[in-house]
Amino acid sequence: MNSNQTDQINKLLPIEQDAANLSTYQLIKYSLHLADTNLILSQRNSEWCGHGPILEQDIAITNITLDLLGQSRNFYQYAATLIGSEATEDSLAYFRTEREFKNCLLVELANGDWGQTILRQFFFSAYQFLLYEKLQHSKDDQLAAIAAKALKEVTYHLRWSSEWVLRLGDGTAESHTRMQAAFEVLWPYTGELFMPEDYEQYCASDGTGVDIAEIKAAWDTKVREVLAEANLAAVMKDNAPAAYMYTGGKQGTHTEAMGYILTELQYVQRTYPGNEW
Amino acid sequence: MIPAHQHNSTNTATQKVWDILQTVCDPEVPVLTILDLGIVRDVSISNDEVQVTITPTYTGCPAMDMISMNIRLALLEQGFKNVKIISVLSPVWTTDWMSEAGKAKLLQYGIAPPKGNAGAIPADGIECPQCHSTHTKLLSEFGSTACKALYQCQDCKEPFDYFKCH
Repeated sequence: MNSNQTDQINKLLPIEQDAANLSTYQLIKYSLHLADTNLILSQRNSEWCGHGPILEQDIAITNITLDLLGQSRNFYQYAATLIGSEATEDSLAYFRTEREFKNCLLVELANGDWGQTILRQFFFSAYQFLLYEKLQHSKDDQLAAIAAKALKEVTYHLRWSSEWVLRLGDGTAESHTRMQAAFEVLWPYTGELFMPEDYEQYCASDGTGVDIAEIKAAWDTKVREVLAEANLAAVMKDNAPAAYMYTGGKQGTHTEAMGYILTELQYVQRTYPGNEW
Repeated sequence: MIPAHQHNSTNTATQKVWDILQTVCDPEVPVLTILDLGIVRDVSISNDEVQVTITPTYTGCPAMDMISMNIRLALLEQGFKNVKIISVLSPVWTTDWMSEAGKAKLLQYGIAPPKGNAGAIPADGIECPQCHSTHTKLLSEFGSTACKALYQCQDCKEPFDYFKCH
């Protein structure tokens, strides 16, 4: 992969003006959004490898991470096929800049403690479960196939993370306090999941994507049900910031954390382009 | 749907490929062949090119790359030089495609085979591969690989892997 290839990916963008290519262009952006979100969460979760609180749960979070990485590869491979030329799953993961990444902000946040990692996974898996449940009926055969496959894995992630939210939220005074604190940190990043970007709106309207506004109510019900059972208050402490939700990630405007993630993720390929194991 | 491994080809060359694939094992669970696992979906030959269609068990399974390589090597050894491996996601792989012979081999090897159909979450009654007691408990939903969970026998106390229904 050289800078020439990077340019080809960037050159993709002007085709938007061509009406005939508009649907492909939106589908590429949508696939990249799905891929990026999975990749960045898998990169974050992988930081736990070898550091989990106990061996079994270290293995659990890294297994989930592997599933997310696999899903991101499927979406990148598909995006690369749509882009054509010399784009590959690797060039899309390793040679795009921060502004080109379309992941939601929630997944790029620092892991925090184990409780915060668990709560994020739960928020995310609950969202991803509902998303894939709809996406498996996409008019686009490949997106439908990826979603149907991934749904089985996410079902497992959701069950595991729900159980851990219960265990920690309704556990000791210490674990409860930490989970409530994690809620305060994460909650303002959950709104973005359900605020559609232009490419999401486009793909939802032509039947290839999911109307995420439609799954918000179900997500809310599921999340509040588990939080209540875990004895966690699903409201922000002083109520005022509750209405405020951070956005921008899906458009490429990220938090400070993102640059650090990409630096680590892309370092080897940026330094030794095309290097192989 | 009929599991691919029950396929009986009338074409001798194609049948030979199926026979060779029956010798390719899963690198993580070497007691199972890729036909036992049900991941080979189709075999076809046209103009000297062998096309083997496989489907991944889990999307992130790192064994898939090695399985593709091992398929190539096994076919190459038997003179099939032009091999194309196609990976398809649909229909979605399920443990329902695992052969009965494969399940028996798993148990013999020390891994409890999937109990029930795809998606089943057996709360209890998973048979201990060591002492065959069904008095066992789940230790962790995730085991040594994505496809397994970790159980422990309450009678002989031995921990063991359970191949999850998927």
